[in-house]
Amino acid sequence: MLTIDSVGKTYGTGDKALTDISLTIEKGQVVGLIGPSGAGKSTLIRCINRLVEPSTGHIYLNDLDLVALDQNRLRQQRRRIGMIFQEFALVERLTVMENVLSGRLGYLPFWRTYLRRFPASDIENAYRLLDRVGLLDQADKRADALSGGQRQRVGIARALAQHPDLLLVDEPTASLDPKTSRQIMRLIVEICSDYHLPAIINIHDVPLALQFMQRIIGLRQGRVVFDGAPSELTESVLTTIYGAEDWTNMQKQHEDDLDSEADATARLGALRS
Amino acid sequence: MRLEDLNWQYRSRLQRLAIWFAWLLTVALFVWCWNLMTRDTIWLFVWDAPTQAADLGSRMMPPRWSYLPELMQPLWDTLNIATLGTLGGVILAVPVAFMAARNTTPSRLLLRPIALGIIVTSRSINSLIWALLLVAIIGPGLLAGIIAIALRSIGFIGKLLYEAIEEIDEKQVEAVRATGASGFQVMHYGIVPQILPAFFGITVFRWDINIRESTILGLVGAGGIGLKLQSSLNVLAWPQVTMILLLILLTVVASEWISAKVRSAII
Amino acid sequence: MTSRYPTHWRKPPQILTHPVWRPIIWILAAVYLVLAIGSLEVNWVRVSEGLERGWRFVQGFLVPDFSSRWTDISIGLVESLTMTLTSTIVGILISVPIGIGAARNLSPAWMYMICRSIIAISRSLQEIIVAIFFVALFGFGPFAGFLTLSFATIGFLSKLLAEDIEDIDESQVEAIRATGAGFWQIINYAIQPQVMPRLVGLSLYRLDINFRESSVIGIVGAGGIGATLNTAIDRYEYDSAGAILIIIIMIVFAVEYSSSYIRRWLQ
Repeated sequence: MLTIDSVGKTYGTGDKALTDISLTIEKGQVVGLIGPSGAGKSTLIRCINRLVEPSTGHIYLNDLDLVALDQNRLRQQRRRIGMIFQEFALVERLTVMENVLSGRLGYLPFWRTYLRRFPASDIENAYRLLDRVGLLDQADKRADALSGGQRQRVGIARALAQHPDLLLVDEPTASLDPKTSRQIMRLIVEICSDYHLPAIINIHDVPLALQFMQRIIGLRQGRVVFDGAPSELTESVLTTIYGAEDWTNMQKQHEDDLDSEADATARLGALRS
Repeated sequence: MRLEDLNWQYRSRLQRLAIWFAWLLTVALFVWCWNLMTRDTIWLFVWDAPTQAADLGSRMMPPRWSYLPELMQPLWDTLNIATLGTLGGVILAVPVAFMAARNTTPSRLLLRPIALGIIVTSRSINSLIWALLLVAIIGPGLLAGIIAIALRSIGFIGKLLYEAIEEIDEKQVEAVRATGASGFQVMHYGIVPQILPAFFGITVFRWDINIRESTILGLVGAGGIGLKLQSSLNVLAWPQVTMILLLILLTVVASEWISAKVRSAII
Repeated sequence: MTSRYPTHWRKPPQILTHPVWRPIIWILAAVYLVLAIGSLEVNWVRVSEGLERGWRFVQGFLVPDFSSRWTDISIGLVESLTMTLTSTIVGILISVPIGIGAARNLSPAWMYMICRSIIAISRSLQEIIVAIFFVALFGFGPFAGFLTLSFATIGFLSKLLAEDIEDIDESQVEAIRATGAGFWQIINYAIQPQVMPRLVGLSLYRLDINFRESSVIGIVGAGGIGATLNTAIDRYEYDSAGAILIIIIMIVFAVEYSSSYIRRWLQ
C-alpha cells in the first residue's frame, strides 16, 4: 500500500512542479495519472522512488517513510519499486538478458554483477519473465536490435525481475503506434492483476486510460483536480484538467486516429474480399 | 520605400572598412613577426640550401640495406614503448575521465578542476619533452619512453573519453538507478556499455599516434629506433639514416592501416 | 513442478565472435604482453636514485623560477610565438590551393595525384625528422623551425580541406555551374561559403598545434622555447624548467580557450 502525504516539489529554478499532493493507493489497484504536459505527472512518479527529491511531505510504502531514508536504505527500497519508462530506457548496447537481469542489481554485490554471475534462481526467473512477455527467443539479442514494442516488453520484464511491491509506469506508450500501445497497456494491466501489484501509470492518452484503468487521477499545474472512477470522468472534468481548447483538439485528434484506423481496416477488408 | 532608394551593395561601408583593416593588421603582424624571427638568420646558409640539399641527397642514396637486421631489436623496443605506454595511459586516463565528466564526477568543485588540470597539462606537453624530463630523472632507457608515452596519452584519451561520457543517454542511467543499483553498478551497467565503442576507438587511435611518436623518443635517449637515428646522425652515416627513415615510414603506414581496420571493425 | 526454464546463462561474446579466432587472439595478446614486459631492462637502482630528482622536479614545478633565466626564456618564447604565427599563415596560404587540387570532385586526375602525394609526404614525415633535415640544410635557428611547421601545416590543412570540399552539397555547385560560371567563380560562390567556417576552425586548431610543436623542435636546433627547455633540463635547473613548462601550458590553454571563443563568435 502506498500513501502520499502532502508532497510538494519546487525545482531549483523556482518552478513549482507539485503542490500538496495526497493520495492513497491500495494493493492491486491500477491508477492512471492524466493531465496536460507540464502538469507534474512525471515529477510525481519520480518523487516516489526519489529519482527526483520531493521538497516537502512524506511518502509511505507499507508504512515506511521513503523520504526520510538515507542513500543506502533508499537503494534497498528502490528494489521493491519497479519502474517502466517512456522510450524504454533500456541499456541499448547490452543484451536483452542483461537488461532483464539488471533488475536484480540491487540484490547482489558489485563483483557478482560485474562478472555476470547471477544466481540460478534469478536466471530461471528472467527466462520465465521473458516467456511471459513473449520474448523467450530474443534473450541473446542486443536491446537496440529490437522493435519499439519489443523493447517495452523487455522494460516490463526488467521491472518485474525486481519482485516489486509497486510499479511506477511513465508514459509507457508515448513512442509506440496505437495498436502496439493497446497491447502493451493490456500486458501491464494483466501482469498487475496476476501479481496483485499496485501501479501508477502516467498516460497522456485519455481514451487508453478510460479503457484500462480502475481509477483515474487528474493533475493540473501540480495539483490533484480529479480522483475517481473512469465512469465519473465527464466532459466538464476533462475540460478543467486540460483546458477547453486543448481538450477539443485532443478529442479531434482521437477521432482522426479512429477514422484513419477504420479507413485502413475497411480498405484491407476490401482487398481481401 | 521608393525603388530609387534601394542600392544593393555587397557589404556596407563600415563592414568593408573593418575587413580591410583586419587584413592590414594581419599583414603588418606577419611582417613584424617575420622580422623578429629572422633577425639572426644567416641568409648565406639559406641561399646555399639547394646545393646543400643536392649534396645531402647524393650522400643519402642508396640506403644501407645491410643495416636492416641491426634495426630489428630497436624496432621491437619501439613497438613495446608505444603499446605498453598506451596501456599505461589508458589505465591512468579512465579514472581521470570519470572525474572530469560533469555527469559522473564525485565532486564538481574539487576533483573536476584537478582532473581537467591533469588533462590540460598532459596535452600541452609533447611526449618528447616528457621523455626529456624522464630521461633526466630516471635515466635513459625504455622505461622513460613508456612513461613519457603514458603521460602524454592521459590527456588525449582523458579528454575524448570525458566528452563521450558527457554525451551519454541519461535515461538509460536513470533506469538502472531506479532498480536500486549501487553507484558502481550504475556505472558498470548504465554508463560503461554506452561509452565502450568510443573507448576502444580512442585507444586504438592513440596507439597509432604513439607508434609515430615513439619512433623519435630515442633522440633524447628514451629507447627504440630513435636511438639508432641519433647515433647515425652523430657520425653523419647518411645511408643508415635513409634506411632508418624508410623503416619508420613503413611502421607508421602499417600502424595506421591496423588502427583503421580495428576501428572500422568496432564501429 | 520442476522448472521448464534454464538456470544457466552466459553472455555471448559481442566482439571477436569467431569461436576459433577468439581464443587465439587472446593467447597471442597474452604472449605478446609477457614478451614485451620481459624485454624491458630496468635499472631499478638508477630509477630509485631518480625518484629523489623527480621530487626536486615536482618542487621546481610548484615553485618555478622565472627570473634567473628570463633572458633565455624570453628569447625562446619570442622565437616560438613568431614562428608559430608566420608558419601558420604561410601554411594556410599554400594549403588552400593544394586542398582544392586534392579534392576529387574539382580537380583533374593528374592534379589530384600530385596534390595527394604532397599531402602524403608531409603527413608521413614527423615534425622532428623534418626539422633535423631543415636544420642541416638551412642552419640552426627559428627559420628552420618556420619551414618545418609550414611544411607540417600543409599536410594537415590541405587534407582536411580537401575532405571538406569532397563532402559539400553538390547541388549548390551544380546550380552555380548552371549559371555559366567559370572555375574560380564556382569556387568563390559555391564552395567557399560552404567550407569557410570549417577552414577557419581548422586553422585556429593548427595554430594551437604549431605552438605545441614549436616547443619541441628546438630540441634538434630549430629554434624556439624547446632549446631553452633542453638546456635547463641538461643543467638540472628544474625550477627554470618548471617555469618554462608552466608558460607553455598557460599559452596552450590561452590559445585553445580563445580559439574556441573565436569559433563560436564566427558562427
